[in-house]
Amino acid sequence: MSALPASIPDDAARAADSRPAATGARAVAVVKSGKAATPWLLQPKVQRVLLPALVGLVLLLVWQALVTLLELPPYLVPSPLLMLQTLMTDWAALGLSLWVTVKITLLAFALATVAGVLISFVFVQSKLIETALFPYAVLLQVTPIVAVAPLIIIWVKDPVLSMVICAALVALFPIISNTTLGLRSVEPDLLAYFKLNRATRLQVLMRLRIPSALPYFFGGLRISSGLALIGAVVAEFVAGTGGQGAGLAYQILQAGFQLNIPRMFAALLLISLTGVALFVLMAWCTRRALGGWHASESGSD
Amino acid sequence: MSGSEIPAAAIPAVEVLSAEKTYPGGTQALLPVDLRIEEGEFVTLLGPSGCGKSTLLKMVAGLLEPSDGRLLLWRKPVPQLQASGKKMAFVFQQPTLMPWSSVHTNVRLPLDLAGVPRAEADARVTEALQLVGLARFAKALPRELSGGMQMRVSIARGLVTEPDLLLMDEPFGALDEITRHKLDAELLELWSKKKLTVIFVTHSIHEAVFLSSRVVMMAARPGRVVEEFRIDAPYPRPADFMLGPEFARHAQQLQSSLLRASAIVEESLS
Repeated sequence: MSALPASIPDDAARAADSRPAATGARAVAVVKSGKAATPWLLQPKVQRVLLPALVGLVLLLVWQALVTLLELPPYLVPSPLLMLQTLMTDWAALGLSLWVTVKITLLAFALATVAGVLISFVFVQSKLIETALFPYAVLLQVTPIVAVAPLIIIWVKDPVLSMVICAALVALFPIISNTTLGLRSVEPDLLAYFKLNRATRLQVLMRLRIPSALPYFFGGLRISSGLALIGAVVAEFVAGTGGQGAGLAYQILQAGFQLNIPRMFAALLLISLTGVALFVLMAWCTRRALGGWHASESGSD
Repeated sequence: MSGSEIPAAAIPAVEVLSAEKTYPGGTQALLPVDLRIEEGEFVTLLGPSGCGKSTLLKMVAGLLEPSDGRLLLWRKPVPQLQASGKKMAFVFQQPTLMPWSSVHTNVRLPLDLAGVPRAEADARVTEALQLVGLARFAKALPRELSGGMQMRVSIARGLVTEPDLLLMDEPFGALDEITRHKLDAELLELWSKKKLTVIFVTHSIHEAVFLSSRVVMMAARPGRVVEEFRIDAPYPRPADFMLGPEFARHAQQLQSSLLRASAIVEESLS
């Protein structure tokens, strides 16, 4: 990273460069590859992918070597190769389960986002409402979902819907608290400026509060996307539904009963990969939404 | 101290009629102030921090209510300024720009809020940006500009509504001295070109002398107006005005007034 020059030396240079500096880091990268001044391998963008991948590869090799050398039986620790093999052979069942879990996660995440944002809008309408209701939002957060899930599954007939509700409950709180904080985190002088210009409540909301809240909102989304997946898996564990609507958690449960450990690992791998994919997706969305203007996304690392 | 050369019939831009500010806790931010500002004046409120100069300015803007007394703009109470067909703009100590919007959109904000049609607004924004020398940076985001340039965007946003009264709360306080001198000079040029009435808050004696036609000296604990000074040097004031004996004399005068005001506080405290 030290190979990169400080993104832009000083104000004069900034001024001279009339191109939006949002693309500053990108521009530097382009220049670099154009001149081929920095070897491809030393570019931070490449390194960000390459280094973790290398670590992963080394770990897999060590794992494979240990299993082979110590002759560990597959019902205790399967080798990574066996895990991949199982993933391939059992793909028909596992793929279907993956789709079920992903569907529940995404539905729950969407439900939590919509509900969370609406609740935040209600909260910021008046301090009174927030004071009255916020403890219950906390209550929602601190009650373990494993304990509540059986109730919800009994109350709600449709199994998918009940699991979506469980997962959404887990994912809800970070969105509420972050978005509420964001909607309140308006620079006071800027708010005064809007008031001086006789801005309506709607204008203040649309042009000031919502843009100010976006960084907080996306921070909440990033946390919640992972929580929605966790919630979905927990709900599936509790519901224990088999058959057509069986998610990855059910596959893990069943593989456990049958001591089919390679399949258990394969299902686990799919859950982890789903979580990583969600995180990457959210990071991408954040960058798209905040690109350039917010410090968290425009740092020249 | 009000100017005798201004005909009595002229409607004053600003009248502060024993307006004062006491906070509910009993803190006296500002003792009753009487102040009359004629159209076209450049008045500086000068004093140490805590003297209530920002409070007074915010009361003129309508951002703060006086706890007693009245403030009139063109003989109308502050909230009814629009009825008199006059406009006011406020420039904060910080640039106070929307970080997510381009320079152009930031400057257009007051026009958007007032419902000015887009095409007309865009034309006026371009004009205002030219006025402050930032036409090239219309598409830039605020964070890509230096502090001085951001402040100029803020001034462009103030001017785009074609205000009659410009209120500025230590606008250049956070800038380095060289940039500040430059912006001071530019501001004076705009003031004479646009025939503005300006109330300018500062804690810098030099800035006050360089800019103002009149300086209102204030003191702290409790905040109050102490004295008024007329700076009778003719406009336009060149940069070397700051090196001349006249400038030094005015600065000296303000300095000793400031010391006297502080001394009174010290005495009353001991």
